[in-house]
Amino acid sequence: MRILVNGDWHEVQARDLAGALAELGYVGAVIATAVNGEFVPQDRRAGLSLKGGERIEVLAPMQGG
Amino acid sequence: MLELYGKTLSSRLLLGTSRYPSPAILQEAVRTCGAQVVTVSLRRESGAERSGQAFWSLVRDLDVAVLPNTAGCHTVKEAVTTAHMAREVFGTPWIKLEVTGDDELLQPDVFGLVEAARILCAEGFEVFPYTTEDLGVAHRLLEAGCRVLMPWGAPIGSGRGLANPWALCALRTRFADVPLIVDAGLGVPSHAATAMELGCDGVLLNTAVAQAGDPVKMAGAFARAVEAGRMAYLAGPMEPRDLAVPSTPTLGKAFLA
Repeated sequence: MRILVNGDWHEVQARDLAGALAELGYVGAVIATAVNGEFVPQDRRAGLSLKGGERIEVLAPMQGG
Repeated sequence: MLELYGKTLSSRLLLGTSRYPSPAILQEAVRTCGAQVVTVSLRRESGAERSGQAFWSLVRDLDVAVLPNTAGCHTVKEAVTTAHMAREVFGTPWIKLEVTGDDELLQPDVFGLVEAARILCAEGFEVFPYTTEDLGVAHRLLEAGCRVLMPWGAPIGSGRGLANPWALCALRTRFADVPLIVDAGLGVPSHAATAMELGCDGVLLNTAVAQAGDPVKMAGAFARAVEAGRMAYLAGPMEPRDLAVPSTPTLGKAFLA
């Protein structure tokens, strides 16, 4: 299915958020996630089914003032 | 010593981590000024590049407290969601709460700020609200559960110094027991010294150091200014006068006319 990750479309085989993140190269990364604008804690990623067209945000530490 | 939400700090300078010429210079600037709190943010991470991971490793090496921000958020929902994400990533209940109300001046939306602060304080966050110098807003933020106030000196990144020192004095007077951290708008160390002389408890700055010709040297200069200003405040500055008062005794002056 195609999902929108950080503004770009990606084709993934996985059906849940944790699997999609692994496919996209985030294994072991310190990140926070949101689906369709709602925060998804790390311990809920594995159980969260995704549907095509959903909007995923994957955020990581960055410089800030 | 400065106490923020139960954490005791010997440094009263909080430093941002953005816009430095290089990661190495950022690290050296933090170490030189002795900051024990640095601000950080959350941004989109690419699974291919993973640039945020290197930055996080760098910050952890500094062994300082991190204060995540909600920079760029324009709504209460955005700010609250970002705070939730920051708490998970950074492992801290601290959040520098920013809700932008104007894109040109990056002035806080104080209505959204108070609403977001109320939600986050109720959820156990320790909120550092980036606010204006408005006393009424300060009252509302404290009622919401904030135990620190961070009024702006001037618009973020402007380097203009304290736009309204009188209002900062008023905040100091009205909220004598609340830590006041002047956040944003400082350009040179004398701005920081002035804020501290007025009785503010600390300053938070970023661009003035990061964009200096020599950020490491400027970090050191700010650290000294903050310390000098604090010492001056504790020493009790004299009252200004309109007329001259001779400092040399007039009694015993020779008559030589």
